[in-house]
Amino acid sequence: MYGWLQALFVLTLLVVLHVPVGDYMARTLDGGRHLAIERRLYRICGIDPDREQDWRHYLLALMAFSVLGIAALFALLTLQGSLPWSLGHPGMSWELALHTAVSFTTNTSWQNYAGEATTGHLAVMAGLGVQGFASAAVGMCVGLALIRGLIRRGGTEIGNFWVDLVRSVFRVLLPLAVLFGIVLICMGVQQNLDGAQAVNTVAGGTQTLIGGPVGSWEPVKLMTGDGGGFFNASSAHPFENPSSLSDSLEILIMLIVPTAFIRTFGRMAGNLRLGWTMLTVVGILFGLLLIAGNLAQAAHTGTVAQAVGAQTEGTETRFGIPASTLFGVSATASADGALNASYDSFSSLGGGVLLAAMMLGEIAPGGTGSGLYGLIMVVLVAIFLGGLMVGRTPEFLGKRIGFTEMRFVVLYSLVSPTLILAFTGLAVGLPAGVSSMGNVGAHGLTEVLYAYTSNVNSNGSAMAGLNGNTMFYNLTMTAAMFIGRYLPIAFVLALAGSLVRQQPQAVTAGTLRTQGVSFVALATGVALIVALLNFLPALSLGPLADGLLG
Amino acid sequence: MNRLPRWLAHHVAALRVVVVLTLALGLLYPLAMTGIAQAVFGRGADGSLVEKDGKVAGSELVGQSFTGTDGEPIKRYFQSRPSAAGDGYDPGATGAGNQGSESVVDVLPDPADPESGKLSLLTQVCARSKAVGELEQVSGARPYCTSDGVGAVLGVFREQGLSGRTTRVVSLNQACPATPFLAAYEGVAVECAKPGDDYSKALVVPVRGDAPAHPVVPADAVTASGSGLDPHISPAYADLQAPRVARERGLSLDRVEDVIKQNTTGRALGFLGEPGVNVLTLNLALDRES
Repeated sequence: MYGWLQALFVLTLLVVLHVPVGDYMARTLDGGRHLAIERRLYRICGIDPDREQDWRHYLLALMAFSVLGIAALFALLTLQGSLPWSLGHPGMSWELALHTAVSFTTNTSWQNYAGEATTGHLAVMAGLGVQGFASAAVGMCVGLALIRGLIRRGGTEIGNFWVDLVRSVFRVLLPLAVLFGIVLICMGVQQNLDGAQAVNTVAGGTQTLIGGPVGSWEPVKLMTGDGGGFFNASSAHPFENPSSLSDSLEILIMLIVPTAFIRTFGRMAGNLRLGWTMLTVVGILFGLLLIAGNLAQAAHTGTVAQAVGAQTEGTETRFGIPASTLFGVSATASADGALNASYDSFSSLGGGVLLAAMMLGEIAPGGTGSGLYGLIMVVLVAIFLGGLMVGRTPEFLGKRIGFTEMRFVVLYSLVSPTLILAFTGLAVGLPAGVSSMGNVGAHGLTEVLYAYTSNVNSNGSAMAGLNGNTMFYNLTMTAAMFIGRYLPIAFVLALAGSLVRQQPQAVTAGTLRTQGVSFVALATGVALIVALLNFLPALSLGPLADGLLG
Repeated sequence: MNRLPRWLAHHVAALRVVVVLTLALGLLYPLAMTGIAQAVFGRGADGSLVEKDGKVAGSELVGQSFTGTDGEPIKRYFQSRPSAAGDGYDPGATGAGNQGSESVVDVLPDPADPESGKLSLLTQVCARSKAVGELEQVSGARPYCTSDGVGAVLGVFREQGLSGRTTRVVSLNQACPATPFLAAYEGVAVECAKPGDDYSKALVVPVRGDAPAHPVVPADAVTASGSGLDPHISPAYADLQAPRVARERGLSLDRVEDVIKQNTTGRALGFLGEPGVNVLTLNLALDRES
C-alpha cells in the first residue's frame, strides 16, 4: 500500500518535471548561440564549433574522445598509488584497471572491486566522475544526432560532436548535478575530503568511518546512468542514501534525464504528441515491470523467504521491500544500475524482473541519451511491421524506412542478444566462468546471465554474489561492454546519416499514424516480443527454473 | 590546426577536451561542492557524527555492533540486525550476503577444521532466530528450521534419481552425531549427514514443519541488510528487546518504550519508506539515563 503510494508519488513528480527539463534541453542543446566561455573553450581545444560533421566524422570524433577517455582513466587508476588523495590505496592491477576504465567510459560502471577498499578520492573525482559525466553526454550526443537525422531535410551533416558534448555537459548535466548534489547533502549525504577515521564504538569496539566527496558523486552516479557506488554497497550505504526521502529523490534523479529526453525529441520534431505517445509506451513497460517486481517480491515464494516471513534479506530497514523493488526496477530499466538492496537476494522471480528490465534493451526509459535512441529503434521496428501488416509505406516523421534504414535497425537490435548469449554460454562452459558463481545451480546461471546482460547493455547493475574480479571476467566483460556500447552507436549514427539525406515525404492517407492506442499497443508489443524471442530460453533456465522448481 | 588531416585533428581535440573536462568536472566541481557543503551543512557534510563522553563514537547514519569481545550480545544494549559487512558493521567492507532464496544446503565443516564449510542462508536465518529467541526468552521457531537451529532440509535418494521408491534419506544440514529432526521420511529412516560425503545426487527437500507463518522473532532480526551498516531495526524488533534492556538497566518498561519512540523515524512525509528505530542513538540515550 505505502509502496504503491511512494511509486505513484515519485512517478507523478517525474512526469511533471520531465516537461520543463525536456523543453529546456531542446532549447539549449540544438542551435542557438555559443556562450562566450564556450567559444573560449572551443578555441583552447582547437575546435571549430560551426563546422558540422557527417556521420562518419561524428563517429570518429566520438570514438577518439572515448578511447582517449579510457586511456586517461586507465592511467589514473593504475598510477593511483603515486598520486595525491589516494588514501593509501595502491594502483589497480592492469586487468581490473582496464575493466574499470572501459566500464565507466561506456556508461556501464560495473565494478569488480569494492569502492571503499580500492579507490581514493582523486580516482573517484577526477577519473570515474569525469567519465560519468562524459559517457552520459556521449549518449546524449548520439540521441541528438539521430533526432537530427529524422528532422533535417537533406544534406549530410548530423551536428558537431564537440558542441553536442560540451553543451550536454555544461548546460544540462553539470547544473543538474550541482542542484541535486546540494539537496542530497542537505538530506545528510556526506561531502568532505576526509580519509578513514577510527572511532571507539559505544559497546567498546572500534569502527573505521570512511569520509569522502559522496554528495558530489551521487548525482553523477544516478543522473548519468553511471550507477557505480562510491562505496561497495552503493545506495544501500547510509552515507550515500541516508533516508527514505533521499531514496525517493535518488529514484527521481535516475529517471529524470532519460525521461526528459523523450520530451526533447517531441519538441525538436515539432510534434509534442509523438513525445507523449513514446512516453506512454515507456510508462506501460515500466509499469508492467514494477507490478511484476512487486508481486514477485511480496509473494516471497522462496524457501528462505518463507522461513523469514518476508523478503528482508539484503534490504535496508529505512527503505523497506517495496521501495527496494521500485529502486531496483528504476535502476535496471533506466540503465543506471545503482542499488539500494542486494539484488542477488531478491526473490528468484523478482531478480528475473530486474533481468528482464535490462533485456528489454534499456528503453524504459533507458540510459541517458541511449534510452532515447534505443526507443526510437523499437519505434522504427514497430512502424516497419505495422506498415507490412496494413500495406502502408513505413515512414517516420516523413522519412521512408526502407531497406538501408532497416538493415541498420536490425543490426542494432542483434548486437545485444548475440553478445549476451554468446558470452554467457562461454562462461558457463568454462571452469574459469563457473568457479566465480556465488550460488549454485539455476541461481548461479542467473548471476552470470545478469552480469553479461548488465555489461552489454551498459547498465552496471550487479548480482554481487558473482566474483567478477578474475582475469576471465575482467577481460570478457571488457569486451562485452566495449562492443555492446560502441557497435550499436555506430549503427545508430549510420542510420542517422542515411535518414538525414532524405527529403521528408508529405503525410498522406497512406501513412501509418504514429499515435493513438493502436500504435502504442504495437510499439509496446514489439518491445516485449523482441525481448521474449531473444531471451525466453535463457530466462527459463535461470530465474524461472530457480523460482518455480526451488 | 587546419593543416592537420581531419582524423588527426579529432584526436588532438579529444585530448584537449579530456584535459578540460578533468579540470572542470573532476576537480572544480567536487571541490566547490565540498566548499559549499562544509560552509552550509557542516554536521551532515562531515558524516553526522555522534559523541559519547565528548569523544566521537560513530555516525548516527552508520550502524554498530553491540556485542562484547566474545561476540555475544551485551544485554544492556539493543542489538542491531545481523551484518554481512566484514566481521559485522565494518565500513571498510560494506555489502550484503548475496545469497539467494534457495540457498538451503550447508557445506558442513570438516571436523578437523571447524572454521571450514559454508553455511546456507537458511541455516544462518535459523541459527539467528534460535539465538534471538533464547536471548529474549521467546520462541525462536521458524518454518523450515530445526529445533537445533539449522535448515530443515532432507536429501532424498530415489531409485531412478528424481523418481521411484525412496531408498535413502539424509538430513543435509545436521552433521553426525546429531539426531535428525525427523525420524523417518516416506517410511525410510532419516540419517544424519557425514561431512565430506557427496549428497549431490539426492533430491533437496526443505521441510516446513509446524512453526507459525509469522514467527515471534521479526524478519529484520534474522536477515542482514544490503549495506551491512543498517542503522535501524524495525519497531517490532525494538519492542521485542525492550523488556530485556529494561530489566538489565533497572528501568521501567514504559521508560524504555518512551526512549524507543524518541529514536524512531517514521515514514518520510507520512508514506515514504518504512519506520525504523535508530539503534545507536537509542543506546546512547539509554546510556545517558542509567
